[in-house]
Amino acid sequence: MTDHQYPKLYFYRRIVQAKIYIDDHYGDNIDLNNIADEAYFSKFYFIRAFKNTYGKTPHQYLIYVRIEKARELLKTGTPVSEVCYTVGFESLSSFSGLFKRVAGLSPSAYVAKQLNLQQQIKKSPLSFVPACFAEKSGWL
Amino acid sequence: MITTLTHMNVFVLNQDSAYEFYTKKLGFKVIVDVPMGNGQRWLTVAPPEQPGLEINLTPVAEGHWYGKEAAESLRALIKAGTFGCGVFTCNDVYATYEELKAKGVEFTKAPKKEFYGTEALFKDDSGNWFSLAQLIKN
Repeated sequence: MTDHQYPKLYFYRRIVQAKIYIDDHYGDNIDLNNIADEAYFSKFYFIRAFKNTYGKTPHQYLIYVRIEKARELLKTGTPVSEVCYTVGFESLSSFSGLFKRVAGLSPSAYVAKQLNLQQQIKKSPLSFVPACFAEKSGWL
Repeated sequence: MITTLTHMNVFVLNQDSAYEFYTKKLGFKVIVDVPMGNGQRWLTVAPPEQPGLEINLTPVAEGHWYGKEAAESLRALIKAGTFGCGVFTCNDVYATYEELKAKGVEFTKAPKKEFYGTEALFKDDSGNWFSLAQLIKN
């Protein structure tokens, strides 16, 4: 495949670099002004361009990534307080409040639900597999 | 009357490697990951905004699904890039193309305007190819 030039190539590369930066550094104390600087954009232009591309402002996207990572960590049994700081929140109350608003239940309730799910999987793994696939795989 | 598609197979050469590719590179979510004993695993993933379509990452190996010859033939065909498995859509194909390329996804076609939108083609870690499209909104 030959490389190509499409409209706004450098624009896209900068926006994508900013997104990947958030993906890789969500746990750090990210200053979105710095990301705009690194992308060579003014703060306001950067926010508008990011939202046009991803449907979320950089701040909304950062929160989204942090909450998604928190879900993953909570599923593995990581304590709530550890998850809170690992995904970049500085206070347990702000983490819990935001998590509940996004996920619909508190971090501890989420953990309890996941534990229950894990127990169900252990007890009855076949109930999670459509019978046709289970039969074809020789699991029935 | 058929209403929706809930499960589809993507046949892969290595399920662990496919897990890494689909979750870490494409950013898909794991919907079900259940150990079934004897090293087997029921693993489905989905694009983040379409959790109702579970993609079953099915490893191709000799066993219940296939005999030895069939498994070897199918693995060779997958590796050769024989199978086009579907079309994924995105809001911005140029941005998604740049992002996936930066994450190491191999593209066989850069974004190109077509009559239905702008489309690129990429391969998964097994060799299955997919379209990545930004469709024209009516």
